[in-house]
Amino acid sequence: MTGRVEHLYVHVPFCAHRCGYCDFVTAVGRREEHAPYVEALLVELALERELLAPELKTVFVGGGTPTFTESRALARLLESLPAATEVTVEANPETVTAELGRLLRRHGVNRVSLGVQSFRPHLLRTLERRAGPDDVRRAVYHLRDASFDNISFDLIYGIPGQSASDLDRDLSEALALEPEHLSCYELEAKRGTRFTYAHGQELAAQAETMEAYYERVVETLTTASYRWYETANFCRSEARDLRARHNLAYWSGSDYLGIGLGAVSTVGGRRSRNTARLSLYTGPLMRGARPAREVEALPEAVRRRERVMLGLRLDEPLPLAGVRGALDDAALARLERGGLLTRAPADGAAVDEAISLTARGRFLAGGVAAELIA
Amino acid sequence: MDQPHIRNFSIIAHIDHGKSTLADRVLELTDAVADRDMREQVLDTMELERERGITIKAQAVRVLWKGHQLNLIDTPGHVDFTYEVSRSLQACEGSLLLVDAAQGIQAQTLANAYLAIENNLEIVPVANKIDLPQADPDGAAAELAQLVGDDPENVLRISAKTGVGVGEVLDAIVERIPAPSGNREAPARALIFDSSYDQYRGVVAFVRVVDGSFRTREPLRAMAQGTRFEAEELGFFAPTRQAVESLEAGEVGYVITGLKDVSKLRVGDTLTSAARPASDPLPGYKDVKPMVFAGLFPTDSDDYPELRDALEKLKLNDGALFYEPETSQALGFGFRCGFLGLLHMEIVRERLEREFDLDLLVTAPNVAYNIITPSGESVEVHNPSEMPAELERVEEPYIKASIIVPKEFVGPVMELNNERRGRFDHMEYLSETRVLLSYELPLAEIVLDYYDQLKSQTRGYASFDYDLIGFREGKLVRVDVLIAGDSVDALSLIVHRDNAYARGKALVERLRVEIPRQMFDVPVQAAIGSRVIARETIKAKRKDVLAKCYGGDITRKRKLLEKQKAGKKRMKQVGAVEVPQEAFLAVLNLDGGKR
Repeated sequence: MTGRVEHLYVHVPFCAHRCGYCDFVTAVGRREEHAPYVEALLVELALERELLAPELKTVFVGGGTPTFTESRALARLLESLPAATEVTVEANPETVTAELGRLLRRHGVNRVSLGVQSFRPHLLRTLERRAGPDDVRRAVYHLRDASFDNISFDLIYGIPGQSASDLDRDLSEALALEPEHLSCYELEAKRGTRFTYAHGQELAAQAETMEAYYERVVETLTTASYRWYETANFCRSEARDLRARHNLAYWSGSDYLGIGLGAVSTVGGRRSRNTARLSLYTGPLMRGARPAREVEALPEAVRRRERVMLGLRLDEPLPLAGVRGALDDAALARLERGGLLTRAPADGAAVDEAISLTARGRFLAGGVAAELIA
Repeated sequence: MDQPHIRNFSIIAHIDHGKSTLADRVLELTDAVADRDMREQVLDTMELERERGITIKAQAVRVLWKGHQLNLIDTPGHVDFTYEVSRSLQACEGSLLLVDAAQGIQAQTLANAYLAIENNLEIVPVANKIDLPQADPDGAAAELAQLVGDDPENVLRISAKTGVGVGEVLDAIVERIPAPSGNREAPARALIFDSSYDQYRGVVAFVRVVDGSFRTREPLRAMAQGTRFEAEELGFFAPTRQAVESLEAGEVGYVITGLKDVSKLRVGDTLTSAARPASDPLPGYKDVKPMVFAGLFPTDSDDYPELRDALEKLKLNDGALFYEPETSQALGFGFRCGFLGLLHMEIVRERLEREFDLDLLVTAPNVAYNIITPSGESVEVHNPSEMPAELERVEEPYIKASIIVPKEFVGPVMELNNERRGRFDHMEYLSETRVLLSYELPLAEIVLDYYDQLKSQTRGYASFDYDLIGFREGKLVRVDVLIAGDSVDALSLIVHRDNAYARGKALVERLRVEIPRQMFDVPVQAAIGSRVIARETIKAKRKDVLAKCYGGDITRKRKLLEKQKAGKKRMKQVGAVEVPQEAFLAVLNLDGGKR
């Protein structure tokens, strides 16, 4: 093992049901295909293994619903993955049982990301989620029982029919369960989903309301002593660094290897995306060959733009050292004058600078990035 | 042919009243066009004319009927081309006054009919479309008879569509319209009533020979402009081009000049022989000046050279088009163009977009202003942003408007005209139900949306025509627009002092809607000099960031960002504010925005 990639993403596409708003690579049902899929994943891992560093920092098993995977296949996958400092598995609340908690724990998983989305039954129905509020509480109980001390919730706001008080209820119910980490996303109308077909106009019409909802989310969570460390991500402020380190790797421009159906890797200035068709993925791997994939070259200029785009999502200053050629200096000055960002010497570097977004700048990070890139 | 056997005539008709169809029937009946060549509306050559159902450029066609040579001189059918119409009429001895029997006389027809009567033309009234169920031939005949002072019995009733009565029309032309009576021995004189440009042969002039005769290869001179050239080819259209050795007094035809610049040979000028020139030109030549101006800017600034080339080419075919380079701080490099009127502007814009495939931004049109400076000098200003702060007085062009409406709409039309600073002149009943209203109005009040308003106030019934009557002093002020404190030249407008507040307020309200929210609060102000008369604020955006971004979708999110960036580049940067190009058209629809 001579590689340097320290972050591994593993995609498990299976779900019990495809939610109307979802545009991830998923496959519904097909329990008989879970085991062969895991075997294919492991073949791919073996093929790419040389890219990985001897010691991994993070592994993230995402989906789909990884915890929906048939349990022997899931165990086989988890025990075959390399160890890492942070190992996260995504789970839907209704799939979390005491046994599952123990299984995850036994196989080195130390962080669980729960797809909660909302605590309000009528909103969960709109989203076509199967879990109810009680499933979430039960899942947290089982996970704590299995001594998980790093649990994250995914919450969605901007669900059609969600009032401001619905949002407040969701936030307070979530906080009552004291998760270490929270991701709060505005519901997006993604092209081609059933949901966009049914609710696209409502979502477009509520754009201005969403400004207030987003502000509400940030205000409530920061008041509850959560750190707003990324545009949509919050973690409890305590001695441990509870930020999602796997995702931090994406946001700070580190290389990562992705295996599985539709998984994306970015390694050494090259980004590749595996095929999203199950048969085109498993077929070649069964014969020991790599699956079909699209490759995108990332020239330095593009990588710089990405570093600006991603870096501005974080609450830490973005060092100008690596991105200077990508920036429009006039825009930089204009945004500084407008109170959206500040410039300061970077930590420990007397010469070079870094930029930090102000609070208002962080709410406008996308617009700031679009203006900043040359 | 000898003059007693020649008849020169035109057809005066409103758009869609059947002029082109009648022309087609005439060609058919006289066997001028073989059936296989018969296309609908033979005379309208340009694609655009076909689509808009109007005739932009006149042509002349020669046909034979019962031993007579009939020359049909086609006239342009719109208010902007009154001068060309008057020249076409001067080339004839008579006119068919063609009216849709279902609709009656329209303002434009009336104006042109008066023009024909002033030119001493014999008018042959014709009621068309009698085959339509809703046609009222008796009503139309009565209106026509009253107009030309004739007996309703003498009004011909036809259907150009079915061909009924077309032969009688041709007979009436021979019987009622006088033959030309020029002096064939006198020095040659011919009236240029139209011209076009052929990229291989240069300027082609359409002429009516009044006296003497012209021969091929003869050196000629245009008397008003002094342009000299040789007649490379003479001929006529029947309806295809037929070259001849000579054109004689009384005849109508074309002259291929080889000239490369249409502005050297203007409509209304008189051609004569360079060797044996006439002493006096034919009367009536005018140098037509554009009265309506607008800025034309390429949407993509890289297209500036293409726009310049396109205007150059267009001008070859359109002597009335005027343009000069203009630089706007907001819109970049473009041209300030002058037009005869609004339709002319629309036609030019459409031809630029269609024939030259250009994406254009056209600023709100304005009129020409005469500025009298404190030192008594007179300066013509084509662009509101050029209006000096120091001035003695401003003069603006006025028109005399003729509006024909059913009597129940007189009230709304008067109200509209009062709002537009109109001065009532007189009113006259054309029939029991239809009224002619005559008003004097500042041209500036009709260049924006007057015609649309007129149509909507009268449920489409009003017909409208106007004539320029000169410049008059007006209490006019320049209203500037400031976006985030920066004055935006392309949004300045000149308005009457009494309307300045309302217009300024409407404009900033409109801009607040048109300019998307930015990352900062953006004040939008209207000001006269340093005095702010209206203000709105575009509130800053509070959120502009994508919900999530992980390893799997970085590429997609980056592309979205790049698209957002490209979108920003297409906007015009005014100081720190991105203004979409559409916002510059806000001035166009301040009164409700129907466009």
